[in-house]
Amino acid sequence: MKRKVFAYPYIVWMILFIVIPMFFIIYYAVNVNGQFTLTKFISTLKDVGKWKVLWASVVMAFKTTVICLLLAYPIAYILSNMKKSVAGFISVLFFVPMWMNFVLRTYAWQAILEYLLPGLKKFLGLEGSVLMVLVYDFLPFMIMPLYNTLSKLDKSLLEASRDLGASSAMTFLRVVLPLSVPGIVSGVTMVFIPAITAFTVPALIGNGMYHLYGNEIELAFKTLSGQGDYAVGSTLSIILLISVLVSTLIMNHFDKDQKQGGQLW
Amino acid sequence: MKKAFRSIKYVYLALMVFFLYVPIIYLIVYSFNDFTIGKRVAYANLGKWKGFTLQNYANLFTGEAGRSLLLTLEIAAISSVVATVIGTGAAIGIYAMKKRTRNLILNVSELPMVNPDLVTGISFMMLFAFVNSLLVKLGMAQIGDIPKLLIAHISFSIPYVIFSVMPRLRQSSNLLYEAAMDLGCSPWQALMKAVIPDIMPGITSGFIMALTMSLDDFVVSYFVSDLRSVLSVYIYSSARGAKGVNPALATVIFIPLVTLLLVVNLMRIAKEREYEIQSKKVKLKGGK
Repeated sequence: MKRKVFAYPYIVWMILFIVIPMFFIIYYAVNVNGQFTLTKFISTLKDVGKWKVLWASVVMAFKTTVICLLLAYPIAYILSNMKKSVAGFISVLFFVPMWMNFVLRTYAWQAILEYLLPGLKKFLGLEGSVLMVLVYDFLPFMIMPLYNTLSKLDKSLLEASRDLGASSAMTFLRVVLPLSVPGIVSGVTMVFIPAITAFTVPALIGNGMYHLYGNEIELAFKTLSGQGDYAVGSTLSIILLISVLVSTLIMNHFDKDQKQGGQLW
Repeated sequence: MKKAFRSIKYVYLALMVFFLYVPIIYLIVYSFNDFTIGKRVAYANLGKWKGFTLQNYANLFTGEAGRSLLLTLEIAAISSVVATVIGTGAAIGIYAMKKRTRNLILNVSELPMVNPDLVTGISFMMLFAFVNSLLVKLGMAQIGDIPKLLIAHISFSIPYVIFSVMPRLRQSSNLLYEAAMDLGCSPWQALMKAVIPDIMPGITSGFIMALTMSLDDFVVSYFVSDLRSVLSVYIYSSARGAKGVNPALATVIFIPLVTLLLVVNLMRIAKEREYEIQSKKVKLKGGK
Protein backbone atom coordinates (compact mmCIF):
# COMPACT_ATOMS: atom_id res chain seq x y z
CA MET A 1 0.00 0.00 0.00
CA LYS A 2 1.31 3.40 -0.99
CA ARG A 3 1.51 6.13 1.62
CA LYS A 4 -0.64 8.36 -0.59
CA VAL A 5 -3.67 6.40 0.57
CA PHE A 6 -3.49 8.00 4.03
CA ALA A 7 -4.38 11.35 2.48
CA TYR A 8 -7.53 10.12 0.74
CA PRO A 9 -9.94 10.71 3.64
CA TYR A 10 -8.70 14.28 3.83
CA ILE A 11 -9.01 14.86 0.08
CA VAL A 12 -12.67 13.80 0.22
CA TRP A 13 -13.20 16.02 3.27
CA MET A 14 -11.42 18.94 1.60
CA ILE A 15 -13.61 18.78 -1.52
CA LEU A 16 -16.82 18.42 0.50
CA PHE A 17 -16.14 21.02 3.18
CA ILE A 18 -13.57 23.48 1.82
CA VAL A 19 -14.08 23.66 -1.94
CA ILE A 20 -17.83 23.06 -2.34
CA PRO A 21 -18.97 25.52 0.41
CA MET A 22 -17.11 28.32 -1.38
CA PHE A 23 -19.18 27.67 -4.50
CA PHE A 24 -22.38 27.88 -2.49
CA ILE A 25 -21.62 31.53 -1.67
CA ILE A 26 -21.59 32.24 -5.41
CA TYR A 27 -24.67 30.03 -5.90
CA TYR A 28 -26.72 31.95 -3.33
CA ALA A 29 -25.53 35.32 -4.66
CA VAL A 30 -27.22 34.67 -8.00
CA ASN A 31 -30.13 32.50 -6.87
CA VAL A 32 -33.32 33.64 -5.20
CA ASN A 33 -35.80 30.91 -4.22
CA GLY A 34 -34.02 28.44 -6.46
CA GLN A 35 -34.27 30.70 -9.52
CA PHE A 36 -31.24 32.12 -11.26
CA THR A 37 -31.28 35.92 -11.20
CA LEU A 38 -28.66 38.64 -11.29
CA THR A 39 -30.90 41.49 -10.06
CA LYS A 40 -29.99 41.25 -6.36
CA PHE A 41 -26.33 40.74 -7.18
CA ILE A 42 -26.20 43.85 -9.37
CA SER A 43 -28.30 46.04 -7.09
CA THR A 44 -26.00 45.15 -4.17
CA LEU A 45 -22.93 45.97 -6.26
CA LYS A 46 -24.48 49.33 -7.13
CA ASP A 47 -25.33 50.17 -3.51
CA VAL A 48 -22.99 53.12 -2.78
CA GLY A 49 -23.79 52.97 0.95
CA LYS A 50 -22.26 49.49 1.24
CA TRP A 51 -19.06 50.61 -0.51
CA LYS A 52 -18.79 53.55 1.89
CA VAL A 53 -19.07 51.18 4.84
CA LEU A 54 -16.38 48.97 3.29
CA TRP A 55 -14.10 51.99 2.95
CA ALA A 56 -14.83 53.04 6.56
CA SER A 57 -13.92 49.51 7.70
CA VAL A 58 -10.65 49.57 5.80
CA VAL A 59 -9.80 52.98 7.34
CA MET A 60 -10.73 51.67 10.79
CA ALA A 61 -8.59 48.57 10.29
CA PHE A 62 -5.70 50.77 9.12
CA LYS A 63 -5.95 53.00 12.22
CA THR A 64 -6.14 49.91 14.46
CA THR A 65 -3.02 48.47 12.82
CA VAL A 66 -0.99 51.68 13.11
CA ILE A 67 -1.89 52.25 16.78
CA CYS A 68 -1.21 48.59 17.62
CA LEU A 69 2.19 48.84 15.93
CA LEU A 70 3.10 52.05 17.79
CA LEU A 71 2.06 50.57 21.15
CA ALA A 72 3.48 47.09 20.56
CA TYR A 73 6.92 47.95 19.20
CA PRO A 74 8.22 49.50 22.45
CA ILE A 75 6.80 46.57 24.43
CA ALA A 76 8.49 44.00 22.20
CA TYR A 77 11.73 46.02 22.16
CA ILE A 78 11.88 46.37 25.95
CA LEU A 79 11.09 42.67 26.42
CA SER A 80 13.73 41.60 23.91
CA ASN A 81 16.40 43.51 25.85
CA MET A 82 15.55 41.90 29.17
CA LYS A 83 17.10 38.81 30.72
CA LYS A 84 15.68 35.74 28.93
CA SER A 85 13.97 34.18 31.93
CA VAL A 86 12.37 37.46 33.06
CA ALA A 87 11.25 38.31 29.53
CA GLY A 88 9.75 34.86 29.05
CA PHE A 89 7.73 35.31 32.21
CA ILE A 90 6.50 38.84 31.39
CA SER A 91 5.71 37.96 27.78
CA VAL A 92 3.31 35.27 29.04
CA LEU A 93 1.42 38.08 30.80
CA PHE A 94 0.96 39.78 27.44
CA PHE A 95 -0.21 36.63 25.69
CA VAL A 96 -2.70 35.31 28.27
CA PRO A 97 -5.53 37.67 27.18
CA MET A 98 -5.17 36.31 23.65
CA TRP A 99 -6.37 32.92 24.88
CA MET A 100 -9.24 34.34 26.84
CA ASN A 101 -12.60 34.39 25.06
CA PHE A 102 -12.55 37.68 23.16
CA VAL A 103 -16.32 38.11 23.06
CA LEU A 104 -16.28 38.01 26.85
CA ARG A 105 -13.53 40.65 26.99
CA THR A 106 -15.41 42.86 24.54
CA TYR A 107 -18.51 42.46 26.70
CA ALA A 108 -16.46 43.62 29.67
CA TRP A 109 -15.40 46.76 27.77
CA GLN A 110 -19.03 47.42 26.93
CA ALA A 111 -19.80 47.39 30.66
CA ILE A 112 -16.72 49.43 31.60
CA LEU A 113 -17.50 52.16 29.06
CA GLU A 114 -21.12 52.16 30.15
CA TYR A 115 -20.74 52.19 33.95
CA LEU A 116 -17.15 52.65 35.11
CA LEU A 117 -15.82 55.23 32.63
CA PRO A 118 -18.76 56.93 30.91
CA GLY A 119 -16.55 60.03 30.63
CA LEU A 120 -14.07 58.11 28.47
CA LYS A 121 -16.83 56.96 26.15
CA LYS A 122 -18.05 60.53 25.77
CA PHE A 123 -14.52 61.76 25.11
CA LEU A 124 -13.75 59.06 22.49
CA GLY A 125 -17.17 59.06 20.84
CA LEU A 126 -18.68 55.91 19.35
CA GLU A 127 -16.08 55.54 16.64
CA GLY A 128 -13.19 56.20 19.03
CA SER A 129 -14.53 53.68 21.54
CA VAL A 130 -14.79 51.01 18.85
CA LEU A 131 -11.23 51.83 17.76
CA MET A 132 -9.91 51.55 21.32
CA VAL A 133 -11.49 48.14 21.88
CA LEU A 134 -10.24 46.91 18.49
CA VAL A 135 -6.72 48.01 19.49
CA TYR A 136 -7.21 46.22 22.80
CA ASP A 137 -8.29 42.99 21.08
CA PHE A 138 -5.50 42.91 18.52
CA LEU A 139 -2.55 44.27 20.54
CA PRO A 140 -1.22 40.83 21.63
CA PHE A 141 -1.28 39.67 18.00
CA MET A 142 1.08 42.52 17.15
CA ILE A 143 3.35 42.04 20.18
CA MET A 144 3.92 38.34 19.51
CA PRO A 145 5.57 38.43 16.04
CA LEU A 146 7.54 41.59 16.92
CA TYR A 147 8.85 40.00 20.11
CA ASN A 148 9.77 36.81 18.24
CA THR A 149 11.76 38.74 15.64
CA LEU A 150 13.44 41.19 18.01
CA SER A 151 14.48 38.55 20.54
CA LYS A 152 16.20 36.52 17.80
CA LEU A 153 18.14 39.55 16.61
CA ASP A 154 21.90 39.03 16.71
CA LYS A 155 23.09 41.34 19.50
CA SER A 156 26.65 41.45 18.11
CA LEU A 157 25.32 43.48 15.16
CA LEU A 158 24.27 46.20 17.60
CA GLU A 159 27.69 46.16 19.24
CA ALA A 160 29.33 46.35 15.84
CA SER A 161 27.20 49.35 14.94
CA ARG A 162 28.12 51.10 18.20
CA ASP A 163 31.81 50.25 17.74
CA LEU A 164 31.70 51.81 14.31
CA GLY A 165 30.57 55.07 15.87
CA ALA A 166 26.79 55.09 15.40
CA SER A 167 24.75 56.68 18.16
CA SER A 168 22.13 54.53 19.84
CA ALA A 169 19.35 56.32 17.91
CA MET A 170 21.25 55.71 14.68
CA THR A 171 21.79 52.04 15.58
CA PHE A 172 18.07 51.65 16.19
CA LEU A 173 17.06 53.33 12.94
CA ARG A 174 19.67 51.77 10.68
CA VAL A 175 20.10 48.31 12.22
CA VAL A 176 17.29 47.25 14.56
CA LEU A 177 14.36 48.67 12.63
CA PRO A 178 15.27 47.26 9.18
CA LEU A 179 16.01 43.84 10.69
CA SER A 180 12.63 43.76 12.43
CA VAL A 181 10.63 44.35 9.24
CA PRO A 182 9.63 40.65 8.90
CA GLY A 183 8.07 40.85 12.36
CA ILE A 184 6.29 44.09 11.44
CA VAL A 185 4.91 42.56 8.24
CA SER A 186 3.56 39.46 9.95
CA GLY A 187 2.13 41.57 12.80
CA VAL A 188 0.40 43.87 10.33
CA THR A 189 -1.12 40.87 8.49
CA MET A 190 -2.32 39.38 11.76
CA VAL A 191 -4.07 42.62 12.72
CA PHE A 192 -5.18 44.34 9.51
CA ILE A 193 -7.09 41.51 7.78
CA PRO A 194 -9.10 40.33 10.81
CA ALA A 195 -9.76 43.97 11.74
CA ILE A 196 -11.48 44.64 8.39
CA THR A 197 -13.99 41.88 9.08
CA ALA A 198 -14.50 42.54 12.81
CA PHE A 199 -18.19 42.77 13.63
CA THR A 200 -18.41 41.78 17.28
CA VAL A 201 -16.73 44.91 18.60
CA PRO A 202 -18.88 47.44 16.68
CA ALA A 203 -22.02 45.43 17.51
CA LEU A 204 -21.32 45.32 21.25
CA ILE A 205 -19.54 48.65 21.80
CA GLY A 206 -21.67 50.58 19.31
CA ASN A 207 -24.87 49.01 20.65
CA GLY A 208 -26.13 48.64 17.10
CA MET A 209 -25.57 52.35 16.42
CA TYR A 210 -22.26 51.93 14.62
CA HIS A 211 -21.77 49.66 11.61
CA LEU A 212 -18.70 48.25 9.96
CA TYR A 213 -18.69 46.01 6.89
CA GLY A 214 -18.86 42.82 8.99
CA ASN A 215 -22.09 44.09 10.56
CA GLU A 216 -23.61 44.65 7.13
CA ILE A 217 -22.93 41.01 6.29
CA GLU A 218 -24.14 39.83 9.68
CA LEU A 219 -27.38 41.81 9.32
CA ALA A 220 -27.96 40.44 5.83
CA PHE A 221 -27.83 36.87 7.12
CA LYS A 222 -29.00 37.04 10.70
CA THR A 223 -32.02 39.26 10.90
CA LEU A 224 -34.05 39.09 14.09
CA SER A 225 -37.11 38.05 12.13
CA GLY A 226 -36.36 34.71 10.55
CA GLN A 227 -34.28 34.09 7.44
CA GLY A 228 -32.14 36.89 6.12
CA ASP A 229 -31.43 37.94 2.55
CA TYR A 230 -28.92 35.34 1.34
CA ALA A 231 -28.42 37.00 -2.06
CA VAL A 232 -27.34 40.35 -0.57
CA GLY A 233 -25.22 38.71 2.12
CA SER A 234 -23.47 36.40 -0.33
CA THR A 235 -22.70 39.26 -2.71
CA LEU A 236 -21.26 41.31 0.16
CA SER A 237 -19.15 38.30 1.19
CA ILE A 238 -17.77 37.93 -2.33
CA ILE A 239 -16.75 41.61 -2.33
CA LEU A 240 -15.11 41.13 1.06
CA LEU A 241 -13.28 38.00 -0.05
CA ILE A 242 -11.89 39.76 -3.12
CA SER A 243 -10.74 42.82 -1.11
CA VAL A 244 -9.05 40.62 1.47
CA LEU A 245 -7.33 38.54 -1.20
CA VAL A 246 -6.03 41.71 -2.86
CA SER A 247 -4.70 43.05 0.47
CA THR A 248 -3.06 39.68 1.20
CA LEU A 249 -1.41 39.66 -2.21
CA ILE A 250 -0.07 43.18 -1.67
CA MET A 251 1.29 42.25 1.74
CA ASN A 252 2.82 39.00 0.48
CA HIS A 253 4.56 41.06 -2.15
CA PHE A 254 6.22 43.16 0.58
CA ASP A 255 7.03 39.98 2.47
CA LYS A 256 8.80 38.52 -0.56
CA ASP A 257 10.85 41.68 -1.05
CA GLN A 258 11.95 41.32 2.54
CA LYS A 259 12.91 37.67 2.17
CA GLN A 260 15.08 38.48 -0.83
CA GLY A 261 16.67 41.33 1.11
CA GLY A 262 17.20 39.02 4.05
CA GLN A 263 19.30 36.64 1.99
CA LEU A 264 22.08 39.21 2.04
CA TRP A 265 22.82 38.27 5.63
CA MET B 1 19.08 60.02 33.22
CA LYS B 2 19.61 56.35 32.48
CA LYS B 3 17.83 55.38 35.67
CA ALA B 4 14.86 57.58 34.78
CA PHE B 5 14.70 55.96 31.36
CA ARG B 6 14.71 52.51 32.92
CA SER B 7 11.83 53.33 35.23
CA ILE B 8 9.88 54.81 32.31
CA LYS B 9 10.27 51.47 30.56
CA TYR B 10 8.81 49.57 33.51
CA VAL B 11 5.99 52.07 33.93
CA TYR B 12 5.09 51.65 30.25
CA LEU B 13 5.08 47.85 30.50
CA ALA B 14 2.99 47.99 33.67
CA LEU B 15 0.49 50.36 32.03
CA MET B 16 0.11 48.08 29.03
CA VAL B 17 -0.36 44.98 31.20
CA PHE B 18 -2.96 46.95 33.16
CA PHE B 19 -4.74 47.94 29.93
CA LEU B 20 -4.89 44.28 28.85
CA TYR B 21 -6.21 43.05 32.18
CA VAL B 22 -8.70 45.78 33.09
CA PRO B 23 -11.74 44.06 31.52
CA ILE B 24 -10.81 40.68 32.98
CA ILE B 25 -10.37 42.12 36.48
CA TYR B 26 -13.60 44.07 36.14
CA LEU B 27 -15.58 40.92 35.35
CA ILE B 28 -13.91 38.90 38.10
CA VAL B 29 -14.70 41.61 40.68
CA TYR B 30 -18.32 41.77 39.54
CA SER B 31 -18.63 37.98 39.55
CA PHE B 32 -19.02 38.34 43.33
CA ASN B 33 -21.77 40.93 42.99
CA ASP B 34 -25.37 40.25 43.91
CA PHE B 35 -27.46 40.61 40.75
CA THR B 36 -30.86 39.62 42.06
CA ILE B 37 -33.69 42.06 41.51
CA GLY B 38 -36.65 40.66 43.37
CA LYS B 39 -36.77 37.04 42.25
CA ARG B 40 -35.04 37.57 38.92
CA VAL B 41 -31.34 37.69 38.12
CA ALA B 42 -30.25 40.39 35.66
CA TYR B 43 -26.55 40.34 34.87
CA ALA B 44 -26.82 43.28 32.51
CA ASN B 45 -26.44 45.76 35.34
CA LEU B 46 -22.67 45.50 35.69
CA GLY B 47 -22.35 48.93 37.28
CA LYS B 48 -24.09 48.73 40.64
CA TRP B 49 -22.41 47.00 43.54
CA LYS B 50 -25.13 45.43 45.66
CA GLY B 51 -23.18 43.20 47.98
CA PHE B 52 -20.98 40.12 48.05
CA THR B 53 -22.33 36.73 47.02
CA LEU B 54 -21.13 33.43 45.55
CA GLN B 55 -24.52 32.76 43.98
CA ASN B 56 -23.28 33.56 40.43
CA TYR B 57 -20.89 30.61 40.58
CA ALA B 58 -23.70 28.29 41.62
CA ASN B 59 -25.90 29.68 38.82
CA LEU B 60 -23.15 29.10 36.31
CA PHE B 61 -23.50 25.34 36.47
CA THR B 62 -27.26 25.22 36.37
CA GLY B 63 -27.90 27.86 33.72
CA GLU B 64 -27.40 28.18 29.99
CA ALA B 65 -23.85 29.51 30.44
CA GLY B 66 -22.71 26.24 31.99
CA ARG B 67 -24.41 24.19 29.29
CA SER B 68 -22.77 26.14 26.49
CA LEU B 69 -19.39 25.96 28.27
CA LEU B 70 -19.77 22.19 28.41
CA LEU B 71 -20.75 22.03 24.74
CA THR B 72 -17.71 24.16 23.85
CA LEU B 73 -15.41 21.71 25.61
CA GLU B 74 -17.09 18.70 23.97
CA ILE B 75 -16.91 20.19 20.48
CA ALA B 76 -13.27 21.22 21.03
CA ALA B 77 -12.27 17.77 22.30
CA ILE B 78 -13.99 15.79 19.54
CA SER B 79 -13.12 18.13 16.67
CA SER B 80 -9.44 18.44 17.61
CA VAL B 81 -8.99 14.65 17.92
CA VAL B 82 -10.71 14.00 14.57
CA ALA B 83 -8.82 16.86 12.90
CA THR B 84 -5.52 15.52 14.24
CA VAL B 85 -6.18 12.02 12.91
CA ILE B 86 -7.34 13.18 9.45
CA GLY B 87 -4.70 15.92 9.25
CA THR B 88 -1.79 13.65 10.23
CA GLY B 89 -2.84 11.05 7.66
CA ALA B 90 -3.20 13.81 5.11
CA ALA B 91 0.28 15.21 5.81
CA ILE B 92 1.89 11.76 5.51
CA GLY B 93 0.00 11.02 2.30
CA ILE B 94 0.52 14.41 0.71
CA TYR B 95 4.22 14.26 1.49
CA ALA B 96 4.53 11.05 -0.55
CA MET B 97 2.76 12.56 -3.56
CA LYS B 98 4.21 14.04 -6.72
CA LYS B 99 5.17 17.68 -6.48
CA ARG B 100 2.31 19.03 -8.61
CA THR B 101 -0.52 17.23 -6.82
CA ARG B 102 1.12 18.07 -3.50
CA ASN B 103 1.25 21.79 -4.26
CA LEU B 104 -2.33 21.80 -5.50
CA ILE B 105 -3.66 20.17 -2.33
CA LEU B 106 -1.53 22.36 -0.06
CA ASN B 107 -2.73 25.52 -1.81
CA VAL B 108 -6.38 24.52 -1.37
CA SER B 109 -5.63 23.64 2.26
CA GLU B 110 -4.32 27.14 2.85
CA LEU B 111 -7.68 28.58 1.84
CA PRO B 112 -9.37 28.30 5.27
CA MET B 113 -6.30 29.90 6.89
CA VAL B 114 -6.22 32.87 4.49
CA ASN B 115 -9.99 33.29 4.26
CA PRO B 116 -11.54 35.66 6.77
CA ASP B 117 -13.49 33.72 9.45
CA LEU B 118 -16.57 35.55 8.30
CA VAL B 119 -16.38 34.10 4.79
CA THR B 120 -15.61 30.60 6.09
CA GLY B 121 -18.59 30.79 8.44
CA ILE B 122 -20.90 31.98 5.68
CA SER B 123 -19.70 29.33 3.25
CA PHE B 124 -20.66 26.65 5.79
CA MET B 125 -23.96 28.38 6.50
CA MET B 126 -24.78 28.32 2.78
CA LEU B 127 -23.73 24.66 2.40
CA PHE B 128 -25.92 23.55 5.30
CA ALA B 129 -28.80 25.75 4.14
CA PHE B 130 -28.67 24.04 0.77
CA VAL B 131 -28.35 20.51 2.16
CA ASN B 132 -31.11 21.09 4.72
CA SER B 133 -33.48 22.49 2.08
CA LEU B 134 -32.84 19.34 0.03
CA LEU B 135 -33.46 17.15 3.07
CA VAL B 136 -36.74 18.94 3.76
CA LYS B 137 -37.87 18.33 0.19
CA LEU B 138 -37.05 14.65 0.60
CA GLY B 139 -38.98 14.61 3.87
CA MET B 140 -35.93 13.76 5.96
CA ALA B 141 -34.64 15.21 9.23
CA GLN B 142 -32.38 18.27 8.92
CA ILE B 143 -28.78 18.35 10.09
CA GLY B 144 -28.72 19.55 13.70
CA ASP B 145 -26.54 22.20 15.32
CA ILE B 146 -24.06 19.82 16.93
CA PRO B 147 -23.09 17.88 13.78
CA LYS B 148 -22.89 21.20 11.90
CA LEU B 149 -20.57 22.68 14.55
CA LEU B 150 -18.43 19.52 14.54
CA ILE B 151 -18.06 19.50 10.74
CA ALA B 152 -17.14 23.19 10.66
CA HIS B 153 -14.65 22.97 13.53
CA ILE B 154 -12.96 19.86 12.12
CA SER B 155 -12.68 21.55 8.71
CA PHE B 156 -11.02 24.76 9.86
CA SER B 157 -8.68 22.86 12.22
CA ILE B 158 -7.30 20.25 9.78
CA PRO B 159 -5.07 22.69 7.81
CA TYR B 160 -3.35 23.77 11.03
CA VAL B 161 -2.57 20.12 11.82
CA ILE B 162 -1.24 19.51 8.30
CA PHE B 163 1.03 22.55 8.42
CA SER B 164 2.36 21.57 11.87
CA VAL B 165 3.11 17.98 10.83
CA MET B 166 4.66 18.83 7.42
CA PRO B 167 7.90 20.41 8.73
CA ARG B 168 8.47 17.36 10.96
CA LEU B 169 8.09 15.05 7.97
CA ARG B 170 10.71 17.05 6.13
CA GLN B 171 13.14 16.46 9.01
CA SER B 172 12.27 12.78 9.23
CA SER B 173 13.65 10.24 6.76
CA ASN B 174 11.59 9.53 3.69
CA LEU B 175 12.75 5.92 3.72
CA LEU B 176 11.42 5.12 7.19
CA TYR B 177 8.10 3.78 5.91
CA GLU B 178 9.66 1.58 3.22
CA ALA B 179 12.35 0.36 5.59
CA ALA B 180 9.74 -0.70 8.15
CA MET B 181 7.82 -2.56 5.43
CA ASP B 182 10.99 -4.29 4.20
CA LEU B 183 11.57 -5.50 7.74
CA GLY B 184 8.17 -7.19 7.69
CA CYS B 185 5.75 -4.56 8.99
CA SER B 186 2.28 -4.25 7.51
CA PRO B 187 1.53 -0.73 6.15
CA TRP B 188 -0.50 -0.03 9.28
CA GLN B 189 2.32 -1.21 11.58
CA ALA B 190 4.87 0.80 9.60
CA LEU B 191 2.75 3.88 10.08
CA MET B 192 2.07 3.37 13.77
CA LYS B 193 5.48 2.05 14.85
CA ALA B 194 7.92 3.90 12.60
CA VAL B 195 6.50 7.04 11.00
CA ILE B 196 4.20 8.41 13.71
CA PRO B 197 6.63 8.17 16.65
CA ASP B 198 9.15 10.09 14.58
CA ILE B 199 6.78 13.01 13.87
CA MET B 200 5.04 13.01 17.27
CA PRO B 201 6.11 16.55 18.30
CA GLY B 202 4.52 17.92 15.12
CA ILE B 203 1.33 15.98 15.78
CA THR B 204 1.19 17.26 19.36
CA SER B 205 1.60 20.89 18.35
CA GLY B 206 -0.99 20.42 15.60
CA PHE B 207 -3.41 18.98 18.14
CA ILE B 208 -2.89 21.90 20.53
CA MET B 209 -3.38 24.31 17.63
CA ALA B 210 -6.64 22.58 16.63
CA LEU B 211 -7.81 22.63 20.24
CA THR B 212 -7.18 26.38 20.64
CA MET B 213 -8.72 27.21 17.26
CA SER B 214 -11.87 25.38 18.27
CA LEU B 215 -12.02 26.88 21.80
CA ASP B 216 -11.39 30.39 20.45
CA ASP B 217 -13.85 30.31 17.60
CA PHE B 218 -16.79 32.63 17.59
CA VAL B 219 -17.49 33.74 14.02
CA VAL B 220 -17.80 30.37 12.30
CA SER B 221 -19.90 28.85 15.09
CA TYR B 222 -22.13 31.92 15.11
CA PHE B 223 -23.03 31.56 11.45
CA VAL B 224 -23.24 27.77 11.44
CA SER B 225 -25.54 27.14 14.39
CA ASP B 226 -29.16 28.12 14.91
CA LEU B 227 -30.39 27.15 18.37
CA ARG B 228 -27.67 25.46 20.40
CA SER B 229 -24.17 26.80 20.21
CA VAL B 230 -20.83 27.26 21.88
CA LEU B 231 -19.94 29.63 24.71
CA SER B 232 -18.82 32.63 22.67
CA VAL B 233 -22.07 32.62 20.69
CA TYR B 234 -24.02 32.42 23.93
CA ILE B 235 -22.04 35.38 25.32
CA TYR B 236 -22.60 37.42 22.16
CA SER B 237 -26.33 36.91 22.02
CA SER B 238 -26.86 37.47 25.75
CA ALA B 239 -24.64 40.55 25.67
CA ARG B 240 -26.89 42.04 23.02
CA GLY B 241 -30.05 41.00 24.83
CA ALA B 242 -31.35 42.39 28.10
CA LYS B 243 -30.29 39.54 30.38
CA GLY B 244 -26.54 40.05 30.18
CA VAL B 245 -23.73 37.54 30.77
CA ASN B 246 -22.85 35.87 34.05
CA PRO B 247 -19.44 37.43 34.90
CA ALA B 248 -18.43 34.31 36.84
CA LEU B 249 -17.52 32.88 33.42
CA ALA B 250 -14.45 35.14 33.38
CA THR B 251 -13.06 33.55 36.56
CA VAL B 252 -13.86 30.04 35.40
CA ILE B 253 -11.90 30.58 32.16
CA PHE B 254 -9.15 32.83 33.52
CA ILE B 255 -7.91 30.86 36.54
CA PRO B 256 -7.28 27.50 34.77
CA LEU B 257 -5.74 29.33 31.80
CA VAL B 258 -3.26 31.32 33.90
CA THR B 259 -2.39 28.27 35.99
CA LEU B 260 -1.74 26.19 32.89
CA LEU B 261 0.40 28.83 31.18
CA LEU B 262 2.41 29.59 34.32
CA VAL B 263 3.08 25.91 34.97
CA VAL B 264 4.18 25.34 31.38
CA ASN B 265 6.38 28.41 31.48
CA LEU B 266 7.94 27.60 34.85
CA MET B 267 8.67 24.08 33.66
CA ARG B 268 10.43 25.50 30.61
CA ILE B 269 12.49 27.90 32.73
CA ALA B 270 13.40 25.09 35.14
CA LYS B 271 14.51 22.92 32.25
CA GLU B 272 16.64 25.71 30.81
CA ARG B 273 18.24 26.23 34.24
CA GLU B 274 18.97 22.53 34.55
CA TYR B 275 20.54 22.56 31.13
CA GLU B 276 22.69 25.59 32.01
CA ILE B 277 23.90 24.01 35.23
CA GLN B 278 24.57 20.73 33.45
CA SER B 279 26.60 22.39 30.73
CA LYS B 280 28.59 24.35 33.33
CA LYS B 281 29.39 21.13 35.15
CA VAL B 282 30.57 19.56 31.91
CA LYS B 283 32.77 22.57 31.25
CA LEU B 284 34.28 22.39 34.78
CA LYS B 285 35.04 18.71 34.38
CA GLY B 286 36.61 19.41 31.04
CA GLY B 287 38.78 22.05 32.75
CA LYS B 288 40.35 19.49 35.06
